Amino acid sequence: MDEIILKVNSLEKSFGKNVVLNKISTEIKKGEVVVVIGPSGSGKSTFLRCLNYLEIPTGGEIYFRNDRVGFGKKEKELDLQRSKIGMVFQSFNLFPHLSVLQNLTIAPLSVLKVTNEEAEDRAKDYLKKVGLLEKINAYPRELSGGQQQRVAIARALSMQPEVMLFDEATSALDPELVGEVLKVMKDLAVSGMTMIVVTHEMSFAKEVADRVIFMDGGVIVEEGIPGEIFSAPKEKRTSDFLGRL
Amino acid sequence: MEETLGFWAFSNTIIIPRLMEGMWITLKLTVMSGMIGFILGMFIALMRISRFSPLRWIAVSYITLFRGTPLLLQILFIYFAVPTLVNITLDSFPAGILALSLNCAAYLAEIFRAGILSIPKGQTEASMALGLNYHQTMFKIIIPQTYRRIIPPVVNEFSALTKDTSLVSVISLAELLYVTQRIGAKYLRPWETYVWAAVGYLIIVLLLSYVAARLEKTLLAKGGV
Repeated sequence: MDEIILKVNSLEKSFGKNVVLNKISTEIKKGEVVVVIGPSGSGKSTFLRCLNYLEIPTGGEIYFRNDRVGFGKKEKELDLQRSKIGMVFQSFNLFPHLSVLQNLTIAPLSVLKVTNEEAEDRAKDYLKKVGLLEKINAYPRELSGGQQQRVAIARALSMQPEVMLFDEATSALDPELVGEVLKVMKDLAVSGMTMIVVTHEMSFAKEVADRVIFMDGGVIVEEGIPGEIFSAPKEKRTSDFLGRL
Repeated sequence: MEETLGFWAFSNTIIIPRLMEGMWITLKLTVMSGMIGFILGMFIALMRISRFSPLRWIAVSYITLFRGTPLLLQILFIYFAVPTLVNITLDSFPAGILALSLNCAAYLAEIFRAGILSIPKGQTEASMALGLNYHQTMFKIIIPQTYRRIIPPVVNEFSALTKDTSLVSVISLAELLYVTQRIGAKYLRPWETYVWAAVGYLIIVLLLSYVAARLEKTLLAKGGV
C-alpha cells in the first residue's frame, strides 16, 4: 500500500540566473492524490513538468519506481517512462487534425503497438468514463473547452499510466465548464489513480486531496492533509496566501 | 507570303503548334522539379531543425548556397562546369531538372521549416508526454498539421518555379520561352510570339493555382487544420 511511485530528491531548476525550483523533495505514494497550490510563478507547473522530463532539471533527482527519470537515459527508455506518466495540460493540446477516436488511439498504437481493435476498445472505455462516447467521431474544434479537456484526460488514460499529472487543467475554462472537468478528476481519484494536481481550485483540494503541498518562491513552504493546511496553516506565508483567496 | 498573314492566321498555323510543345516541356520541368524539390526540401527542413549540429550546418550551408547565387548561374554551372569536373555529361533536360529541383528545394525547405515552427509547442509536449518519440511526433502530429498552412507559400514557390523554368532556355532546352523566341526571331514578329509565351505561362500557373485551391478545400473538409 505504501508503495512509492515518484520520489523527488532536492530537485532544482533554473532558467539562466532565475531559480525556479530550489531543492524540492517529496514522495508520492501509490493511490495518493496530491494537490499543489501556490501563487503564480511559485514553480508549481515547472515542478510538474520536471516529473516527466518536459522540463530538464538543473539539479537533483527524480525516481519513477526507483528508476531515474530522464537523466542520462536513452531516448527510448525516456519515451517508455513518459508513456507511464499521463499528463493533462492547461491548454488541452488535443491534436486538431485527428478525430477524438484517433486522439485516443494514436499513442497506444504507436507506442504500445496494441492492435487496432484493442486501441479502439480502450478508447471507447475511457470516453465512456469521461461521458463523451457520443463524440467519438468529432474533431476537437467541434467540442467545447470542457469537452476537449475531458477528451484530453481520456487520451492520457488510454496509455494506462501509473500516475496522472494535471497542470492547471481547469484554468483555461469558462467558469460553467470547470465543474464537468473537476467531476471527471474526482471520479478518477475515487477509482484509486495516483494524481498530482496543480490547481487554483481550492474546493477540489479540500474535497479530494490526500495531501496538499503549498509552494512559493520555488520551495515547498508547507505540506499536510487538507484539513491542517486550510484551517490551521503553520506558516504565515501559507495563511497569507489562503487569506487572499 | 508570311508577312501578309494576319495575327490569328500566324498564331494558329505557326505559333500555337510549337507553343504547345514548349508548354508541355515547361509543364514537365515544373512538375518534375517541383516534386523532387518538395521531397528534398522536406529532408533539408528536417535537417535544419535537427538536434545534431552537423546536420543543421549542412542544411544551412545548402540553403545559403542555393538561395545566395543566381539560378541562371546554377543552371550554367551544372550544364557546363560539372562535366569538366566529373566525368558525367548531362543532357539539357536532366541538367535543367537537376538545377531547378536543387534550387527550389532550398526555398521549400524554409517554407516547411516555417510551417513546423508555426505549430504550437504544446502539440509537441502533448505528444512527447504520451511517449511518442521524436520521429512519431514529427510525422504523425506536427507535419500533418502544417499541410494546409503551407499551401499558399508553396503555391507561390511553384509559380515562381514555373517562370524560372524559362531560364533553362540558355542551355538550349526547347521549353516555352525558347520555342517562342525562336519563332519570333525567324519570322521577325516578336510581339505576337511573346504575347503567346506570356499566355502559355499564365495558363500553367493558373492550372497550378486551381489544383492547389482544390487541395486546400479537400484538406479543409477533412478535419481542416
